[in-house]
Amino acid sequence: MNAFTVQVRVMPRATLLDPQGEAVERALHALGFGEVAGVRMGKHVVLEVTAATRDAALAQARAMCDRLLANPVTEDYDLVVDAGGAR
Amino acid sequence: MTRVAVVVFPGSNCDRDTLAAASQAGADAYFVWHRDTSLARADSVILPGGFSYGDYLRSGAIARFSPILAAVIAHARAGGPVLGICNGFQILCEAGLLPGGLMRNARLRFLSRPTWVRVEQTDTPFSGLYERGEVLELPIAHGDGRYVVDAPTAAELEATGRVVWRYVRENPNGSTNAIAGVTNAGRNVVGIMPHPERRNAPALGGQDGARVFLSMEARHATQHAVDVRARDDRHLRV
Repeated sequence: MNAFTVQVRVMPRATLLDPQGEAVERALHALGFGEVAGVRMGKHVVLEVTAATRDAALAQARAMCDRLLANPVTEDYDLVVDAGGAR
Repeated sequence: MTRVAVVVFPGSNCDRDTLAAASQAGADAYFVWHRDTSLARADSVILPGGFSYGDYLRSGAIARFSPILAAVIAHARAGGPVLGICNGFQILCEAGLLPGGLMRNARLRFLSRPTWVRVEQTDTPFSGLYERGEVLELPIAHGDGRYVVDAPTAAELEATGRVVWRYVRENPNGSTNAIAGVTNAGRNVVGIMPHPERRNAPALGGQDGARVFLSMEARHATQHAVDVRARDDRHLRV
């Protein structure tokens, strides 16, 4: 078995209002960063997973997202397995 | 007398108010701890407001996997009445017993103040003693109260009369179609974002919420009366 680090990005569904992102966007504009055309806020979850292979680690993380880490009604997620997650 | 289980999660904070409101409506109400696995022969179940598990991850997301939820889901699937108030509503959505989800208020602020909701449907276990179209004053106290469903689901909820309460005068949190409370297809599971248990007596500033609990008790009494009559007419029929 190997140790893998899986990075999970959970974002509010693109079609839904993201008031946090909007508030941060307004703050950036107020600071003079007028070039910012959009801000969306999500969550970043880092999982240390033990699995036989990268694909197995990915499959486990996907199952965790489907059951708990993301709400399929309001959120989307994507996953990245870090190369050489073993320490 | 209805047996009403009020589920207590770590972080529930409206559990005592809810127990008191159900008791005052005539119910035999008692607490069930989230680690319990039995509802102790409850006729109805109420998931109270609060901040179960500190709202970590998402409101209701962790409570949804509490041991007691298996019993609540079985009770709901068997047609038993279930009411979720505020955090309880969030938990019911996370558990998939109600459609949709609850997200951060559109204007971000935590809102703790009165709102006005119109009664849209009276054929649920928790709204039977109201009149359709009646406007109630009920307080909200939430940061994640924006009810969200996709457009096809919203259309289905409207077409099938599953919006039970709707905000009027204003939409405080940006909910889809100003929805304040919904029911499932079986009409036995109900979620409401405002707090009826905080308006069940004049001393609390109003009693517009009392009939949520009185409806539950009245419905049970009616069903019980039917059972007795059936037994009297035909012996051995249970």
